[in-house]
Amino acid sequence: MKSLAELEQIRNRMANKINVRNEAGEEGNTRIVVGMATCGIAAGARPVLTAMMEEIEKRNITNAYVTQTGCVGMCKYEPIVEVYGADGTKTTYIKMDAAKAVRVINEHIVNGNVVAEFTIGSDK
Amino acid sequence: MTELSLHILDIVKNSTKAGAALVEVDITESTARNVIEITITDNGCGMDEEFLKGVTDPFKTTRTTRKVGMGLSLFKTAAELTGGTFDITSKVGEGTVVKAVFVRDSIDRQPLGDMASTMVTLVSGSESTDFVYRHDFNGNVFEFSTVQVKEILGDVAINTPEVLAWINGYIEEGLQEIVAENI
Ligand SMILES: Nc1ncnc2c1ncn2[C@@H]1O[C@H](COP(=O)(O)OP(=O)(O)OP(=O)(O)O)[C@@H](O)[C@H]1O
Ligand code: FES
Ligand SMILES: [Mg+2]
Repeated sequence: MKSLAELEQIRNRMANKINVRNEAGEEGNTRIVVGMATCGIAAGARPVLTAMMEEIEKRNITNAYVTQTGCVGMCKYEPIVEVYGADGTKTTYIKMDAAKAVRVINEHIVNGNVVAEFTIGSDK
Repeated sequence: MTELSLHILDIVKNSTKAGAALVEVDITESTARNVIEITITDNGCGMDEEFLKGVTDPFKTTRTTRKVGMGLSLFKTAAELTGGTFDITSKVGEGTVVKAVFVRDSIDRQPLGDMASTMVTLVSGSESTDFVYRHDFNGNVFEFSTVQVKEILGDVAINTPEVLAWINGYIEEGLQEIVAENI
């Protein structure tokens, strides 16, 4: 059973390695943005977001973080994920699902290869 | 939307957009009364009377990226389809209360869905907002509060991945427990 005592242990562990994981927003980090307006939520944005967060936690990725935004302005492409690289690049992934989200973490965030087949340009 | 928990995510996002410092999500499930009551209370900016009158009209929105809003009207329709009710009250400067009652055994009643995911999404999306989630299943109550979690965490941020994973498990197990106690 998950208990508040367990949360305290997590706290103590985190406090000891406070500098290991970069702060969200810190320079040099990759920012992953998931569209979470009504249309995004209805299209399946929540499992996309949680799959990405879980993968980041599981693989202990410290140079990327996930944030949410409202409307991205392209309903028919939802769920939409935008990846802002530390080098200033922007990649827009469309019609995402949880399995695709895990691939983006592993191939793009970990290995540095854009998953071209999920990007907006490839939707012809 | 395919789950009540997705509606809740969407409606609470209105609250955080309205600048609420605290949002309370109360769910009461009663098999005896055959209802699921969902109440979302926030202390955000609120709405004036005139705006409120038309707020479940999909053409009422203060968003600028598209001409129709739809979160509230979708939630209202989902409740009314089951034979339930929908009610919204609000006061400028004080906050808003949205209450939807679903007839539990209606074939049109969507499943509750993944409330743990909804809460984790909310907490990670607005770490400075406090959330209280109370779930009453036939009188057995589970409660989750970010106020309490933040007290324990001290200066460790609530939206660190390890903490969010703990929150997810804590809510999942807490909900399983109140349902199991009933059998
Ligand atoms: N809790 C709240 N506090 C203050 N204003 C609110 C609240 N909930 C809704 N509103 C107002 O009502 C409008 C309609 O809300 P609704 O969720 O139906 O649509 P939306 O948020 O504009 O768009 P969508 O939900 O489709 O992304 C909002 O634009 C906002 O102005
Ligand atoms: S309303 Fe659909 S992307 Fe904004
Ligand atoms: Mg809304």
